[in-house]
Amino acid sequence: MAAQKSDLPQGTLDLLILKAVAVEPVHGYAIAQRLEQVSRGVVQVPEGSLYPALHRLENRGFLAADWKKTETGREAKFYKLTRKGRKQLDVEAASWQRLIEGVALILGIAEGGAQ
Amino acid sequence: MTWWFRFWRRNRLEEQLEKELRFHLDQHASDLIARGLSPAQAKREARIALGGPEQVKQQCREARGTCWVEELLQDTRYALRSFRHKPGFAAITVLISALGIGATTVMFTVINSVLLKPLPFSEPARLVVLHGFLEHLGEFWGFSYPDFKDIHQQSRSLAVAGWTYTGGTIGAPGEPQYVDGRRISADLFPILGISPLYGRGFRSDEDRPGAAPVAIISYDLWQRRFAGDRSALSRKLIFDGKNYVVIGIAPPGFQLSGEADVFTPLGQSTDPRMQNRSAAFINVVARLASGVTLNQAQEEVSLMNRRLARDYPKSDAGVRMLVRPFMQDMVKDVRGTLWLLLSAVGLVLFIACVNIASLFLIRAVSRERELAMRVALGAGRGRLIRQCMTESAVLGLCGGLLGIFAAAVSLHPFVALWPGSLPRANEIHIDWRVLCFAIGMSLLCGFLFGLTPALRVPMHRLEEALRGGGRTVTAGSRRLHSPFVISEIALAVVLLVSAGMLGHTLLTLSSLNPGLDARNVLTARFALSPNAMADPSQIRSAWQDVLDRARKVPDVQFAALADIIPMREGENVLNYRTTPAPPPPDQEPFALASSVTPDYLKVMGIPLHQGRFFDDNDREGGEPVVVVDENLAQHAFGRKDIVGKRLWIQALGGPSRIIGVVGHVRHWGLAGDDQSPVHDQMYYPFAQVPVPLLHFFSSVMSITIRTRTSPLNVVDPLQRELRGASGDQALYEIRDMEQLIGASLARQRFLSFLFGIFAGLALLLACIGVYGVLAYLTRQRTSEIGVRMALGASEGDVMWLVMRQSLKMIAIGVGLGMIAALAAGRLLRHLVEGMGPVNAATYTTMISLLILAALLASFVPALRASLIDPVKALRQE
Repeated sequence: MAAQKSDLPQGTLDLLILKAVAVEPVHGYAIAQRLEQVSRGVVQVPEGSLYPALHRLENRGFLAADWKKTETGREAKFYKLTRKGRKQLDVEAASWQRLIEGVALILGIAEGGAQ
Repeated sequence: MTWWFRFWRRNRLEEQLEKELRFHLDQHASDLIARGLSPAQAKREARIALGGPEQVKQQCREARGTCWVEELLQDTRYALRSFRHKPGFAAITVLISALGIGATTVMFTVINSVLLKPLPFSEPARLVVLHGFLEHLGEFWGFSYPDFKDIHQQSRSLAVAGWTYTGGTIGAPGEPQYVDGRRISADLFPILGISPLYGRGFRSDEDRPGAAPVAIISYDLWQRRFAGDRSALSRKLIFDGKNYVVIGIAPPGFQLSGEADVFTPLGQSTDPRMQNRSAAFINVVARLASGVTLNQAQEEVSLMNRRLARDYPKSDAGVRMLVRPFMQDMVKDVRGTLWLLLSAVGLVLFIACVNIASLFLIRAVSRERELAMRVALGAGRGRLIRQCMTESAVLGLCGGLLGIFAAAVSLHPFVALWPGSLPRANEIHIDWRVLCFAIGMSLLCGFLFGLTPALRVPMHRLEEALRGGGRTVTAGSRRLHSPFVISEIALAVVLLVSAGMLGHTLLTLSSLNPGLDARNVLTARFALSPNAMADPSQIRSAWQDVLDRARKVPDVQFAALADIIPMREGENVLNYRTTPAPPPPDQEPFALASSVTPDYLKVMGIPLHQGRFFDDNDREGGEPVVVVDENLAQHAFGRKDIVGKRLWIQALGGPSRIIGVVGHVRHWGLAGDDQSPVHDQMYYPFAQVPVPLLHFFSSVMSITIRTRTSPLNVVDPLQRELRGASGDQALYEIRDMEQLIGASLARQRFLSFLFGIFAGLALLLACIGVYGVLAYLTRQRTSEIGVRMALGASEGDVMWLVMRQSLKMIAIGVGLGMIAALAAGRLLRHLVEGMGPVNAATYTTMISLLILAALLASFVPALRASLIDPVKALRQE
């Protein structure tokens, strides 16, 4: 079996999607694949919430979409990051970083206290 | 993509969504096949991974942000469908709210056009009027021409214009016809900020005695007499026997205290009062100079006022000059009435809303099971509330649209019904503000009657609701209904008591003695031929000829002349004193003075208490005589036998001998006479009117006739007889005295009539409310009643059970309503002249009426409850 899986904390899906799209335009299925591969199977994207999230980001102008042919010749909807989306990615990544550090600090103090 | 774009392209987006998800599934499946699964298995796995495709799609749609519109359309369709199932309910709701909203819209349209919309002049907020004020007389509009001229020249903070009423026969072109006119100063048009449609206004060199006679005519007259031909300019117009040249056409709809057809320069007037500083007959309009406030203008006017009082103490001492906003002055008579009617109509609308709300609530309770089912199937609370509100909003809007239509149809009949003249009546129409108001009102109503049912959407204890299906009702539901019924009853009490008070006032006022015998009396203004007005002796003989000819007409019993007629517009108030020495200026008493010919007393049927009335020997050159009324006798001398005493009346020159005392006539109307600041009356002979004033008096005299049959029968023969040698004399404003008395109560009658309708509606709606709620509650309690009866309760017990509920609601409603009605009664007293205090009999009658009606409405459900068959009732459970 793959490594143990974790539920995504609330609100992180948007951040992960933005990051996954940042390199090159990709379609929805590929985003799900990529997230799972990159996190070595830890992050499993609930596919049911992936598409609503994509549509939401698109409507808020963070993503733009185009219909293009894939290698297999089928038409798919490719998402790419807009300039606004890139800014949003930086903001969210930074805030995520702060959160992690904060949480880590608290956990560290708690351990220290227990010793 | 913008919101609109997404909304309009939603079908296309829907296709793309479908395609995108299909691609995902296929891609996933082919990956799984590559890993060795069978195609069928792969497809299945892929589907499981994605989850329910409809849910995913719905979430994607919601992400679009156009969902609520689609849901709104959906809800609206659903609402319309459910109304189609219950057309009776929908029809009643729409009709009741249309009635309420229609009536409110009519009132608001009138208020909007008369009170709220700015006047059709440039910068109307800077327009003011000047008023005089005397301690004894209160506020009045007139200024003397010399005072006006002084203010006109001296004022820096105000640009001042003056005007006065006039009127006369138009001789040519066309048939002779009497029209109203205004004498206006040259700067009136510029100060109001209007200019003639064609031609020009008056120049200041035309606004002085002896200048070339020029006239501006109204748009209406231009259409009537000149067929709207531009060549009317510089044509000749014979008005009041003088030749004028038409130099301008006033803009259409222009009014100056009512409609007028001919405008002439004020300064050209040969009226002898023009030189008299005591004759206050000029209306003064002014515009504040830029940057000047009303208070600053008032200060300057007060300064001039003090100077005038110092320089001309005989005429100006004691008079205070006040600056008032133009608009406020124009609408002051109707403002209170209009707001009063709007509040009354608003109450009716509110009762209607409450009524519909309770109908909705009843429906909601019986739909509890349906709603619970939908919640169980996954509908969100917000979604259900929205749906309930959509339903009621749709009904409210339907009612509103119907109401606007009804308002548009009934607006003009309503304005025509208005007693007396409604200022700015020609400006009343429905505009965008009215539409916004009406649509806002209907949405608000929809919101009001949908709110409680929406909040009752069941969320908890679904199981109970599903099982019970709203058949057994809890005490909570009973409590929920009573506020509706109570407030309906309370508001109905307010309207009923108000209507009762108005009706009672009307009855009391109608039964007052007007002080004269109004049966078979005809009055009419009369314009003497301009040819007859050349010199004073000619004028007197012309009038004598008119009276002689009038007496010859069959069925005419007596004929007399009078300058003012009781209960008709027009007044002449003079000061008098009982000693030659002048009292302090602001303590001089005033009396209504009427100049009449000897038969006047017989025509009007006024009782003679003491002495005699005038005869043909009281003429110019003889001793000046007056007849006074009982009030003046009492006020001035403290007793009645005062024949032979003397009165000094400044306007008539020296002292006059009192030769008789007559009864008091309610000159200011049956209702208005007690409120008038002037209570005393006196009469002096027309034959003794000083020569310089004779020409002016001749232009205001009316003829009064006592007839043996109905007075309207003599109008035609009288017209023919009095046409005069040159055929240009005419009777106008022909009224019979009973008509005038009736008209003096027109306002009270109008209000009683409308309040009667409102109160009737309120009573009806309250009864429907009581009936509806009780019928519903009783139906809900069928099984409980069945149990009670099975346990031995008698029919009477059951009836009492139901009646007790309604009695409680009625008692609380009436109690609250009584308090509110007292407040409303105070307001009415303030706004309607002649209104008595809240009287106990009216109060009790109206409240008993309501209680009786409400009990009757609750009796039917009670009776039905008592006829319940316990066996059937229990089997239902």
